[in-house]
This record gives sequence, structure tokens and C-alpha cells, in this order.
Amino acid sequence: MCLAVPGKIIEIYDAGGMKMGKVDFGGAVREVCLAYVPEAVTGDYTVIHVGFALHLIGETEAQETLAMLREMAALEDEIGPEKAASQ
Amino acid sequence: MSEVRPSQLGGITATKYISEYRDAGLVKGVIAEIRRTVTRPWVIMEICGGQTHAIKRYGIDQLLPPEVELVHGPGCPVCVTSLELIDKALAIAAQPGVIFTSYGDMLRVPGSSRDMFSIRAAGGDVRVVYSPLDAVKIAQQNPDQQVVFFAIGFETTAPPNAMSVVQAQALGLSNYSTLVSHVRVPPAMHAILSSPENRVNGFLAAGHVCAVMGYWEYPPIAEKYHTPIVVTGFEPLDIVQGILTAVRQLEDGRCEVENAYPRIVTFEGNRPAQDVIDRVFVECDRKWRGIGMIPASGWRLRPEYAGFDAEERFSVGEIQPEESPTCIAGMILRGMKKPHDCPAFGTLCTPDHPHGATMVSSEGACSAYYHYGKA
Repeated sequence: MCLAVPGKIIEIYDAGGMKMGKVDFGGAVREVCLAYVPEAVTGDYTVIHVGFALHLIGETEAQETLAMLREMAALEDEIGPEKAASQ
Repeated sequence: MSEVRPSQLGGITATKYISEYRDAGLVKGVIAEIRRTVTRPWVIMEICGGQTHAIKRYGIDQLLPPEVELVHGPGCPVCVTSLELIDKALAIAAQPGVIFTSYGDMLRVPGSSRDMFSIRAAGGDVRVVYSPLDAVKIAQQNPDQQVVFFAIGFETTAPPNAMSVVQAQALGLSNYSTLVSHVRVPPAMHAILSSPENRVNGFLAAGHVCAVMGYWEYPPIAEKYHTPIVVTGFEPLDIVQGILTAVRQLEDGRCEVENAYPRIVTFEGNRPAQDVIDRVFVECDRKWRGIGMIPASGWRLRPEYAGFDAEERFSVGEIQPEESPTCIAGMILRGMKKPHDCPAFGTLCTPDHPHGATMVSSEGACSAYYHYGKA
């Protein structure tokens, strides 16, 4: 139920006073309500739940998380689990 | 980049912010770090049924060291909607002149004596909608009929459902109403942690609930019950990172609220969405199926929106719900039992003939165990 799918906002327009837009999910485009992301601009990534954008996706935060996890995996590859355990 | 499994999401192909979080190499690195960190047994509960399904689908529970046990929480709105309300929904849907609309999963849940498909077979107009705004459109297109939307869900779904009421009011629709069964996560965490039978040492908080609500409600819970709470996402890498963060806290003897899903979740959450929730809904006591009454655990429509309340609009007589005598869903939803502990699991109770909602819903723990293996 709480599944929310990331997508890219490719168009923004007003429909009867409501901020709406088109979102591209890796090729599939759907109409989405953008009322809860008033700051959104075309090109932003957001997560969509039952036809509503719930939050914009922070690119900086996403890259920081991935960089930290890549470091962890690199440590594992370089020195192996036995030695990493004693670090 | 190798992936844990082919990345498909309801037919949608891989896109940015999905495939990189399914990188098998990175998942392996985090699992190795969990193995290095853990020294004692810990029980961690993922709140959200979407996370339960990801854990079973990707076999994450099989990759973890034996010290880390995952138990599955009550975060499945279809599972915890009371049988009484489902019977009420069925009674409303059976009335002439009604178009009953709902998210797909909810239609398959058996009531005490019938389900929505039998209503439809008997000539009822029951429709699945993707978004609550679709239900509002149906009301616009059918001014001579009453359109009822079954507004179930946790905090994630509350802003969309609330917006449908705001929209119906703005359009001056007098034929749209909602049967509201909203539930909230923090009161359920209190109920689980304060139970004398509680086994949970740490929580993975539901990432998309927190996208809306933030996590400002959680520090008092972590402190009161000395239980770490980690805001966690839904992809395999998100989930193992959430588990690692919780294990580190448990091993250090810390009980903090940490955010392992910062690309989507902020401390404050989505303020415009919280404002609309506050405008339309007010806190209420709510009966959770299999768990019982939890004080202040739900939202209902504010009195000023009573005109959009299906319970006010339709009289359905007395409802006397009858639960399955075999189903142990209540124990599963509190993390006290696993689906395999149920004698009916996979034999008398299957997705085609479900006894309880945890076997029906695509987020239910029993359905996850049934679909993704017997481990």
C-alpha cells in the first residue's frame, strides 16, 4: 500500500487550481498530482504514491549514501571479511 | 553493475534511484559489515508490509547472520482494517445506486459472509481505482449515483485521500463520500513495545510514512522504551543499511532515531501534506484487526466534512462480524508469531482461499511467505 515509485517530472501545469504534472517512470508516463510538492520544477525527481508526489528526491543525500556504502563494499573486497573483522 | 534480481516494479523498467539500490555487490558489503558488528541475538521489526515483501522477495532474511531475526509488523492497511468496517463496506456496496470504489487489494478481503466480487456478481457496481482522484472523477461523471471511496491507509495514503475530499468539496459534489479507515504508525509502536509479550529490540520505521510525517514523533518512543528506530527505505540496499544502523545502535547500547533514507525523508516531513491531513482529519481511537482497539491510533473526517462521510450517509443496520477461528494474523502483526506457526498456512489458507487479510494483501506477511518461499 505504501509503495511509492521514483520518477522524473517532465511537465507541470495547472488543472482547475491544482498543480498537476507528467512524470516519467523509466519510459512510462503518467499524470500525477503535484499539490504536495509546491517547490517542484521540471526535471526534479520525486516519489509517487497513488497518483501523488509525496516528496522530492534529494540527489546530494542519495549520492552521499551510495558513496558511504561503496566504501564499505570496497573495504570488504580489498582486505576480505576475516581481516575487515579485526579493523 | 550486477543486481540482486531483475529490476521490475509492476511492469515499470529500472530507472534512476531504483537500480543502484539493487546492486548485489553493495548489498553484500553491508551484510558483511552486519556480520562483523553483531555479537548477540537481536529481534528487529520492519513496520511496513512493503518492506516485508522486499525482504522475502530478495531473500534478505536468508543473508543475515543467525543473530539477527526479522519479525514483521502491522504496516499493512488492508490487514488491519477491522472486519466490522469491511462488512460495512460490503453492505454499502450492495445498495442500489452506489458505485463503490477502492484500491485493488481491499476488494479481495473476505467479509464475514461475502466479498466484493460476490457483490459485483450480484449486479453491484464495484470499481478499482489507482488514485482517490479517479474516484472523484467517477463522481463527476455519474451525478445520479452515489460514489463511495474506501479510504484506507497509513500516513502515506492520508494526504491523497484527504485531497479527494478537498477536491470534491471544491467541485461542489454532493454524491461523493469516503469510508475512512486511516491508521497511524506511532500508536501501534507504543502498543507493540508496551505489551508484556513484546520481543522487539529495534524498529525499521516505514520510509514513505516518514516522507509525509517526518520522524519528529519518534524520539519520545525510542527514549521511553529504550528502542532504536531507524527510518528505512524499500530497496534491498535501503533495507540492509537500515538493519546495519539498528544493529550498530543495539550493540552500542544506544536507542536513537536515525534516518537511513535521507534522499526521501527529512525530520519535518512534508508540511503541505501534513497541513491538508490536519484540515480534513482528526485523531480517533481505532480498532485494528487482530490487535484490538489502540487509543488515538486513527484518523476520521472532521465534523465539518461530515457531508463526505459514508458512515453518516448510509444506514447499514447492525453489523456482527465473525472472524475465522483458525487465523493467527493478530499474533503475526504484533511480531509474536510467524506465518509458518499457523496450522492453516499454505493448506487451508492460501491466496486463493484466504482465511485472513495477511494472506490476501500484497503486503501481508502470510502472502509474502507463500509467494517467496517456505523459509
